[in-house]
Amino acid sequence: MTEISHHIPQSVLTAYVSGSLARPFALVVAAHISICEDCRAELAAHEAVGGALLDDFDPIMVSDDLRDRVFAGLDDDIVEPAPVKGTAVYPAPVMELLNGKAPKWRSLGPGAKQCILEAGEAGSVRLLQIAPGFEVPDHTHGGLELTLVLQGAFKDEGGRFARGDVEVADDDVEHTPRAEMGEPCICLAATDAPLEFKGLMPRLLQPLFRI
Amino acid sequence: MLHGLRKLDMLETDHSLSEDAQTASRTLAQSFGIWKADERVSVTSTTKTSFSEQTEWMLKVRDQRCKTSFGALFDHFAPRLRGMLMKNGFGAAQADDVVQDVMLSVWRKAASFNPERAEVSGWIFQIARNRQIDVIRKERRPVPEELAMPESTDVDGEQVLGVEQETAKLRSAIARLNPEQRELVEKAYLGEFTHSEIRDQTGLPLGTIKSRIRLGLERLRHELKGER
Repeated sequence: MTEISHHIPQSVLTAYVSGSLARPFALVVAAHISICEDCRAELAAHEAVGGALLDDFDPIMVSDDLRDRVFAGLDDDIVEPAPVKGTAVYPAPVMELLNGKAPKWRSLGPGAKQCILEAGEAGSVRLLQIAPGFEVPDHTHGGLELTLVLQGAFKDEGGRFARGDVEVADDDVEHTPRAEMGEPCICLAATDAPLEFKGLMPRLLQPLFRI
Repeated sequence: MLHGLRKLDMLETDHSLSEDAQTASRTLAQSFGIWKADERVSVTSTTKTSFSEQTEWMLKVRDQRCKTSFGALFDHFAPRLRGMLMKNGFGAAQADDVVQDVMLSVWRKAASFNPERAEVSGWIFQIARNRQIDVIRKERRPVPEELAMPESTDVDGEQVLGVEQETAKLRSAIARLNPEQRELVEKAYLGEFTHSEIRDQTGLPLGTIKSRIRLGLERLRHELKGER
């Protein structure tokens, strides 16, 4: 595993553990942790805080009835669905949204493609593929954006971002990411602002994405 | 309550929390960081030689499908889960449904419990939190890919004790927080937290809140450091 130098900010991890993180960001966190040993350990530490608080909660008596129901369920032959596996490029949480299939790319203009994974009230998350040497097209976002590199690398004012690296950006940050030469740069990008489709995305498709 | 962090909240939290939170949780994370052999926590000087009750119960559930041990875990955790859920605004019946789901998951997903990586309460907390969000949002919450489980059920005792020790230190640090600090840590980890919400609830200015959170975490960090 190559060294990852840009990790999930601690406050975002706390929010993920607590469940207060918006779903698009939670997906990026889950994808990053799938391929980052350091953040997996950090997550366990944050969960330990949650566990300590849980352990310390004032117990509220549960009924015998509930206990009986749970014990009755122990012998049920429930087969847990096999967890989705990640690929060399797409971590498991992303593969899950792709239903185990290769992404269907749509052009975003010269040198750029996208595949929207989810879009809704909480924001959106999508894959971006940028050809070597091209800039990430001007994507309107009014909120916070978390970008996880899955393949290749890009550079911008914030530094160099390669597989596993996460960039945290908002409106105030002027950044013009450009894909490095070599293989195309594939990123998982999440934002809490509604997506605005410009140019090539037919308006007809928009209802499909529940916007 | 369970919607996303607003941009401002997130960035501000990051600025004020990052340093202390990072130190505090890095200390803890080291004991969970078994993925890097060089970061393993040495517990050779430990006075503890046996695992906690909870770990023993959970291992018996995992390896022997022991219902007696499961009963012990149920009796400990179900009432606490209920307490946590009801504090989070769940009604009694809905809380019971979630408790039932969570405890059944503890039984069914026992194979993925690894005491070298997580303490029982943290593991159950995470199951409960996922379930809670699934219920509220009616969708499955994104979770990281699970690590492959080792073929053998043997555990690295030193590593398990290391995790238990660090968590014990964390608990005693939490126990020593003053009530205000405690409340803020609870809000942050139990998902009721945004800066603006806290301000609305307490009428405290943002700066004060941030410094209180920082103090809380700093305290945690010192406790953790001091006992190393």
